[in-house]
Amino acid sequence: MKKEIAMAIVDFASPSRFLKFADRAIPWLGGVTVLAFAFAINQAMIAPDDYQQGATVKIMFLHVPGAWLGMLGWALMTLAALGTLVWRHPLADVTAKAAAPVGAAFTLMCLVTGSLWGRPMWGAYWVWDARLTSVLVLFLLYLGVIALWRTVEDPSRAARAAAILTLVGALDLPIIKFSVDWWNTLHQPASVFRLGGPTIDRSILIPLLVMALAFTLLFVTLLVAAMRNEILRRRVRTLRLMQASAAS
Amino acid sequence: MEPANHIGFIVAAYAAATVVIGALAAWVTLDYRAQLRRLADLELKGLTRRSASKRSELAMRQAKEDA
Amino acid sequence: MTPLATLLVRDMRIAMRVGGGALMGVLFFLVVVTLVPFALGPDLALLKRIGPAILWLAALLASLLALDRLFAADHEDGSLDLILMGRAPLELVVAVKGLAHWFTTGLPLVIAAPLVGLFLNLDVPAEAALVLTFLVGTPALTFIGLIGAAIAVTLRRGGLLLAVLVLPLTVPVLIFGVAAANAAVVGPVPFGNPFVVLCALTLGSLIVGPFAAAAALRQEME
Repeated sequence: MKKEIAMAIVDFASPSRFLKFADRAIPWLGGVTVLAFAFAINQAMIAPDDYQQGATVKIMFLHVPGAWLGMLGWALMTLAALGTLVWRHPLADVTAKAAAPVGAAFTLMCLVTGSLWGRPMWGAYWVWDARLTSVLVLFLLYLGVIALWRTVEDPSRAARAAAILTLVGALDLPIIKFSVDWWNTLHQPASVFRLGGPTIDRSILIPLLVMALAFTLLFVTLLVAAMRNEILRRRVRTLRLMQASAAS
Repeated sequence: MEPANHIGFIVAAYAAATVVIGALAAWVTLDYRAQLRRLADLELKGLTRRSASKRSELAMRQAKEDA
Repeated sequence: MTPLATLLVRDMRIAMRVGGGALMGVLFFLVVVTLVPFALGPDLALLKRIGPAILWLAALLASLLALDRLFAADHEDGSLDLILMGRAPLELVVAVKGLAHWFTTGLPLVIAAPLVGLFLNLDVPAEAALVLTFLVGTPALTFIGLIGAAIAVTLRRGGLLLAVLVLPLTVPVLIFGVAAANAAVVGPVPFGNPFVVLCALTLGSLIVGPFAAAAALRQEME
């Protein structure tokens, strides 16, 4: 009896269990995401222009969620890394691997929209602003993790190597942020001004939050779908290894 | 700061975001189909996982995808 | 001799004998710095202004140079397995290997820096500040690099991956190293401010580097 309970707990987060959950959840998540975006884009369209940034404040509705989800992606990878190293849980490996490209894509969205905001506001596509620069380093770290996943052939070995790198990155990211802020105040160009001043008006804050929610739902949907792919990919790999060993 | 001057940048930002996230979504979708196809191929060759006794599971998944 | 001292001597001997990479780093450093004026032009005023930054960048790249062989060579000839089975704590072993690597790669950079600095028209206070920041900062580069070296230990093309993984992590060291070197010459902040942060970064990396690298080695070698 005791053994059965233990098995049930292990099984609860097992990849097969997750596959069943993902198959049921993805259509729902996708539907809710579409609804959320319909509402959020409507809110963003009717949002008034900022007194300082004019209509370009609408770019912030993409830029800020991109930054938030880029950071959330690394936070999830950090948790998954602990799961990999401490509990050796296969679902943690899968989460860490699937989160890397998703987080990287949202970080890239943050960078590209930030750059397109910078051109009319700062007069240049790229300004070595502290926030943009930190996000750029985050993006480079994501690319490093993806490169590592693509270099090590054995998935569980790759997971453990990536987990160490993720944890070191999580430790270093606040230091990088602090360094870049310090560096930026040292080299502050006069033309840079801060977004929206100290407070953001409600008329802009609400669409921003709604957009952030919609993008978060999209992030979760894509992450669950990517995790399902990763589980299937591992099955294919296992079957092929069986095939190869049966043939020899 | 004329808002009209910046409409191009706003459109470009939304288009770029759509391209980046759309590419990710397309990759995820295509990857899913590719993995299903590979699993189906392997199943045709008579290979199944020991724990997956139901042969029909993959076929059902494939059928759902094709529909 | 204790096992750790033996390891230190052994690693330094390996680095310095034929086929070891001891002086390759400093040679690379010299070549990179020599190339810079060809790209930027021989304007001495400009070179003087950006000299510390160039030297720091070159040192950053040079200190990564031989790092990918640090554990990989031991892995290939089997001595890494012996080290893992030994009684000495792996964290200390890794730290000693890092120290040996710094003695043969980092320390030559510190010694060569003032000579190479002459090429870039640095004057005496700038040279002194630069040597001080190198002395404090290059161990941080080596010990952060240890983590990458341990992660890439079993990979065939580890060198390039190592640089891709490690270089973004060294951003803080680069920022405060260059800032301290510049602060001594042109300001605007006093030398002490960035310099103490650089010291803190180095101390932190001396702790984190060996622990993370040892963890990575244990995971990889299972």
